[in-house]
Amino acid sequence: MSRLLGLYAAAAFAFLHLPLLVLAVFSFNESRFTVWTGFSLKWFDAAFRDAQLAEATWNSLLIAFAATLASTIIGTLCAYGLWKRSSRAVSGTLYLSLVTPEIVMGVSLLAFFQWLFRYVGMHLGMHTVIAAHTMFCIAYVVIVVSARLRSMDASLEEAALDLGATEWTTFRRVTLPLIFPAVAAAGLLAFTISFDDYVITSMVAGVDSETLPMVVYALARRGANPVVNAISTLIVVGLGVLIAVSSKLQETR
Amino acid sequence: MDRLRRAFLAPGVVTLSLLFVAPLAIILLYSFQSRGVYGGVAPEFTGDNYSRIADGLYGAIFLRTFVLAGVATVGCLLLGFPLALFISRAGKRRNLYLQLVMLPFWSSFLVRTYAWMVLLRDTGLINTALTGLGLIREPLPLLYNDGAVFVGLVYGYLPFVVLPLYATLERLDKSLTEAAADLGASPWQTLIRVIVPLCAPGFRAAAVLVFIPCLGAYLTPDLLGGGKTVMAGNLIQNQFTTARDWPFGSAVALVLMLLSLVLLVVWMRTQSEDAL
Repeated sequence: MSRLLGLYAAAAFAFLHLPLLVLAVFSFNESRFTVWTGFSLKWFDAAFRDAQLAEATWNSLLIAFAATLASTIIGTLCAYGLWKRSSRAVSGTLYLSLVTPEIVMGVSLLAFFQWLFRYVGMHLGMHTVIAAHTMFCIAYVVIVVSARLRSMDASLEEAALDLGATEWTTFRRVTLPLIFPAVAAAGLLAFTISFDDYVITSMVAGVDSETLPMVVYALARRGANPVVNAISTLIVVGLGVLIAVSSKLQETR
Repeated sequence: MDRLRRAFLAPGVVTLSLLFVAPLAIILLYSFQSRGVYGGVAPEFTGDNYSRIADGLYGAIFLRTFVLAGVATVGCLLLGFPLALFISRAGKRRNLYLQLVMLPFWSSFLVRTYAWMVLLRDTGLINTALTGLGLIREPLPLLYNDGAVFVGLVYGYLPFVVLPLYATLERLDKSLTEAAADLGASPWQTLIRVIVPLCAPGFRAAAVLVFIPCLGAYLTPDLLGGGKTVMAGNLIQNQFTTARDWPFGSAVALVLMLLSLVLLVVWMRTQSEDAL
């Protein structure tokens, strides 16, 4: 039975990993078809020369930076507040934001922004995308930071308080340095989630805020395309590095 | 003390109220109004949007969503359990294998879905290989159908079942399987009659964990179903864009949201049962 199980596991791992490997391999293929004709970097070259892709990448990076900064600060404070005393309403809302289908979140944000813009003269754009991303990243940050807080030695905080530090000083000088690896890990996670989002972004983006996933989606919609293979390979490698660093940081004690 | 705690929670509470709760409240309001002449929202109260959901066409889309999500969930459980079993028996390599399961999950969901388009399309790897081997003349219609959506969903959410099933297998009392073996059960009998029944709570938790995202799936049916396979998520998107019927789209979105909420509560129950 164990041999059968081993064979099965090999097949299952192939199922999980081959699609992305095939994609990566064929992004280096000379031909635009799925027949290997020789090694070439021309699709990467084409991707780097594309002005629309460059602008979309820049937008995505800008949005991800802003949303990461905001959601990491808000989420860390929130996790600390919840650790001090739990609140079912707040954690319930956070969990709910995690299970809400992305498309539901997207259309409700669209409806909300359009309603808001009746009263203030604004349009959909980078700021609405950043606001949306900040919101949906908070729950992930809270989860990562909370896990770290739970494993922290609470007596260190008590010692600081006993020695006369104020609550705020204790947080800033004792707790924050102790949980910092987790905060950084949460930030990297938020960055990847924001950078990769398509569904919500496509609902709340304006004409000047097309992101990289939006371009990839539009190209993929027209059928497979070797330039998309090249961009996809770059995205997978880039996000992979960030996630690897993030999980190393989460293990740091 | 309490004031400071409130200060820590305040930014999060404000952001979530403004950008998560308020938007849901707005679509709740819209869902009870009717479509305006120019595609806007007319401020008159009606329950029509909800009764329309049960109508033939839309009812069929919901049914289809349930069936596809259900079949994908069963597929994930059937494929995921042997993998979890393998990992739980892998000794020192457990962590490596668990990371291998999670690895694709951490990369871009959009790219992972697109990767299946590269494999399944008419000139994709599978069809090219089969034609090259002389097994088929015409490319098989692999992409843009329910089967492609099923494969995409199983591929996307397989890690969601492997982890909880692995956790359940790890917590299993080893003496029970040893007892079964001592009493003369074959490894297969032990698996079917002892291990699988003992893993029932893990199966339940894993099923809910996969069923929720499958129910709300949008990108997978959109890209791999090619517009033919419409799930509830696509219906919502369509109502907010092409069809411009926001009130009806809002009603569909809220029903989907409510279903996810109910399932989340069910999942939380299974978690607390496990803890006992």
